[in-house]
Amino acid sequence: MRPFDYFEPATLPEAVSLLERFDGRASILAGGTDLLVEIKERIRLPDHVINIKKVPGLDYLSYDPVDGLKIGSLATLHEVETSPVVIEKYAGLYQAARELGSIQVRNRATVAGNICRASPSADTLPPLIADNATIHTFGPDGERSIPMEKFFTGPGKTVLLDGEILTRINVPSPPPNTGKVYLKLGRRAAMELATVGVAVTLTLDGNECRSVRIVLGAVAPTPMRATDAEDILIGKAISENAIEEASQAAKDQCRPISDVRGSADYRREMVRVLTGRALRMSIEAANEGNSPFDISTDQTVD
Amino acid sequence: MKHMVSTIINGERRELAIKPYRSLLDVLRNEAELTGSKKGCDVGDCGACTVILDGKPINSCLVLGVEVDGSEITTIEGLADHTAPGAPLHPLQESILQHGGAQCGFCTPGILMAAKALLDETPRPTDEEARFAIAGNLCRCTGYTKIVESILSISGSEGAL
Ligand SMILES: Cc1cc2nc3c(=O)[nH]c(=O)nc-3n(C[C@H](O)[C@H](O)[C@H](O)COP(=O)(O)OP(=O)(O)OC[C@H]3O[C@@H](n4cnc5c(N)ncnc54)[C@H](O)[C@@H]3O)c2cc1C
Repeated sequence: MRPFDYFEPATLPEAVSLLERFDGRASILAGGTDLLVEIKERIRLPDHVINIKKVPGLDYLSYDPVDGLKIGSLATLHEVETSPVVIEKYAGLYQAARELGSIQVRNRATVAGNICRASPSADTLPPLIADNATIHTFGPDGERSIPMEKFFTGPGKTVLLDGEILTRINVPSPPPNTGKVYLKLGRRAAMELATVGVAVTLTLDGNECRSVRIVLGAVAPTPMRATDAEDILIGKAISENAIEEASQAAKDQCRPISDVRGSADYRREMVRVLTGRALRMSIEAANEGNSPFDISTDQTVD
Repeated sequence: MKHMVSTIINGERRELAIKPYRSLLDVLRNEAELTGSKKGCDVGDCGACTVILDGKPINSCLVLGVEVDGSEITTIEGLADHTAPGAPLHPLQESILQHGGAQCGFCTPGILMAAKALLDETPRPTDEEARFAIAGNLCRCTGYTKIVESILSISGSEGAL
């Protein structure tokens, strides 16, 4: 690995002042599953690496009905995928976490790192945006909170300023009759980046769609909301026609590229198919008040 | 500049002087002279470097050596209890030998550590759980079936933990 100096700040202000002092030549290390790969592959060449894992008060995952889910910036994907409240109330995030990398990766990787890396195909982004998450940061000018939808500006690019650190992700508590789904399409079942990812968070009022947020991954420079599709559904009765119309609208709105994982045409068509599927699954979940995924694990412990 | 790191590896306290830009895998193989953990891809894709860090399986190629100060690590060298009379293999090692779950052997240390971590948490895994647990470990020889059989055949048995 290319040589760098290493720091373990004990407080957030200390971490921020190190970032300021090294002025763009330092990188934050959380789980390291992106950063260390990028250093090894010489995509990033930091002179200083600042490990924030010794900063107290960042490693938590908590929930209450008023504030919703709070994901501290050191919470790992493993903590998320094994959290009963995430499984029950944040099914899209649960599914995204469960399908990210391997167990070895998830034991290190943080949700905050997944967000700050800002890969167009990052798995936790679509469900968190569908759930209307907010990002909290701490930096030289104090704290900020940013709607997650406005956080990404391009592949690998965010609105984080120099010296700013993501401290927490806040995800509102879902109203009753809400269904959530994240579907990841890859070329194989595990250890795969998304060719297309579709997240839906949908709330029903009887047979009417009270609200819906549809977020597409890997089909634009950043995760994107399929707003045209949402508009077709909101305030209307659920029907198979409306679902198909909305799926087509999502297909028309996305802007994929062709790469090794799939052609632009294939991705567009898969957006249509997966949006329809995710809508049907989330409607079913909203009706039943259940997670759409089979989360029963047959773990017999003696 | 080297950093002093104090860690317990396979039950033994080790004090190591480590450059901050060395991976835990390199530290284990060189500074700690434990070459059982293998370097395959060196970027987290293959799982050959899997070790158990504070109870959890991780890719040692994606952890810095300096990060493990105060931690406990189990590598393939620490899987079997060498202090037991006759120094028997760990049941997982016996099982993978019996079932032909190892051919060239390069992935085997990582597979065994991933399997050990699975059985520590889930003593009687299902076929699906066993496959899920080793999804991050590539094997180019066996086609995985024999590896899964090796794990399932000792699940829940005495001494498998
Ligand atoms: C084998 C393998 C498979 C993978 N599979 C997937 C996959 O299926 N889906 C997927 O989405 N990703 C995948 N990844 C990518 C990676 O694991 C995730 O993006 C992970 O969530 C990154 O988190 P981390 O804590 O490891 O981040 P790090 O590598 O520590 O950091 C990532 C970036 O974010 C910055 N950063 C981290 N924390 C903060 C913070 N609190 N404030 C400001 N900046 C911060 C770092 O400086 C760095 O630029 C995979 C990686 C590997 C190695």
